[in-house]
Amino acid sequence: MSEEIDWIARAGAKAKGKRPAYFEDPAIDRTLSILMALVGEVSVLRERMDTIERLLDAKGSISRADIDTYEPDRAAGHERGMLTREYIARVMRGVQQDMEALEELDTPSVEELSKTIRDM
Amino acid sequence: MSKPEIPPPYTAVTRHAVFPTPSHDEAARFNFLANFNKYMAAALGPGNKLAYDKRVLPAFVKEHGREPKDRFEIRHAMNKDPWHRYWSALKRNSMEMRQQNGRSMVLRQLDELDAKARQYNEGRDTLRLDPSVQVPRYQAAIDIHCMPGSYHGEERPGDVSAGANYDCGIFATTGGGLGALTDGGGQALVEWIKKERPGWAPRRILDLGSTIGHNIVPLALAFPDTEVIAIDTAAPSLRYGHARAQALGATNLKFIQMNAEDMAEFADESFDWVQTTMYLHELSGSALPRIIGEAVRVLAPGGLMLHLEQPQYSDAMPLYEQFIRDWDAFNNNEPFWSSMHALDLKGIMAEKGLQRDCQFVTGVTAVVDESVFPKQAQGEGEDHGRAASWHAYGAWKPAA
Repeated sequence: MSEEIDWIARAGAKAKGKRPAYFEDPAIDRTLSILMALVGEVSVLRERMDTIERLLDAKGSISRADIDTYEPDRAAGHERGMLTREYIARVMRGVQQDMEALEELDTPSVEELSKTIRDM
Repeated sequence: MSKPEIPPPYTAVTRHAVFPTPSHDEAARFNFLANFNKYMAAALGPGNKLAYDKRVLPAFVKEHGREPKDRFEIRHAMNKDPWHRYWSALKRNSMEMRQQNGRSMVLRQLDELDAKARQYNEGRDTLRLDPSVQVPRYQAAIDIHCMPGSYHGEERPGDVSAGANYDCGIFATTGGGLGALTDGGGQALVEWIKKERPGWAPRRILDLGSTIGHNIVPLALAFPDTEVIAIDTAAPSLRYGHARAQALGATNLKFIQMNAEDMAEFADESFDWVQTTMYLHELSGSALPRIIGEAVRVLAPGGLMLHLEQPQYSDAMPLYEQFIRDWDAFNNNEPFWSSMHALDLKGIMAEKGLQRDCQFVTGVTAVVDESVFPKQAQGEGEDHGRAASWHAYGAWKPAA
């Protein structure tokens, strides 16, 4: 453990340089940063659960040291990668569907559509 | 849609003797980011082109009566598009998270890391630091790729935090595309030269802007009888890089703190190979030609000059591709990226003494253990600016 420095505070140091504003309201930029940190931490928790489950499957009982020294073999590494990919796809669904919507920009709203198809 | 590659787990990264030891959750953070970056490039990256084709370009043409004339006009128009903005905001966050995640792992164990590095550094003449070497003003102006403290920052005097943080997170940024020691670029150079000049053994190799030496160690190991010198201005990166190289057995590799703009210490024509990897785009417009000039001066007749970079922009490259390749310039603190990639590199090399008829450009792809580490996508799903595939801009200096 580092004795002389407040490593927790220093880990989050800001990089020199002006941060681009991505949204009109700076609160959205900040909220997205918090949200993405949470998205990352949930992924970490899921991976930790997966580690515990795999170790329990293999050994019946485990210690904390077992968790920190766990190294998935190639098959397990791939399964966990798939798990993470699937998790990311679920969390990012809205962005991904916005992307798909770019293919159908001229699509009418459901309200407009309901009028058009009412008498079909 | 073809299925994207799943990055290998972070535990597949080689832990050399000065590499930070990740806890379970620290490894899992990098696993998340590696997968997230792949998702952002492969699944969501094409959305930027869609937004451009379907929404931004038609609106631009309607307003101006013509198409955008350069990548800057595209950027200004795209920066108003809600989808591109959101994608950029997510990607910026992933870059910032990579830094926080790497720094928290490194700084937590900085005492141990500094002690390990000291074991490999103290009393060895293969590391020469020079406190009189200043961080170039253009480097100090902004922290490159959102890396707090850049390559030269210290949390306390004499530490290796900057180098260790740089080393431990390249896996996440590239989705594992650079291999277990993030040296896929250096490995590619070894493979390339063995094919290009079978049996050639340069007497001296000089690597400029080596940072932690990850791309020069493979060359030093491939040519064990060659004297290899790596220079950089950033002492914290050199301290870490030297310890790392020693731990990996590259004992013929010497690290010197020096600014490549003035290499007066090296005699004319004293190196058989002078090279850079992913370095030129981090140089200011005035430093770059000076450094090329110095590099040509110290290169021996018959010697090789080689610069590995992402592809230069040219009239043949569509403006949209130039724009998306420029993303890092404005969103990931790469202030010279855009202008450097538009430079006439061949012209500069010719002006500094390597005529066009001795120059060449060739493609180089990262060499990694493909049974574990993925080859990276190119084209539409490519992570532009980070793809482990480069252009080598080189020249063989005519023999006297």
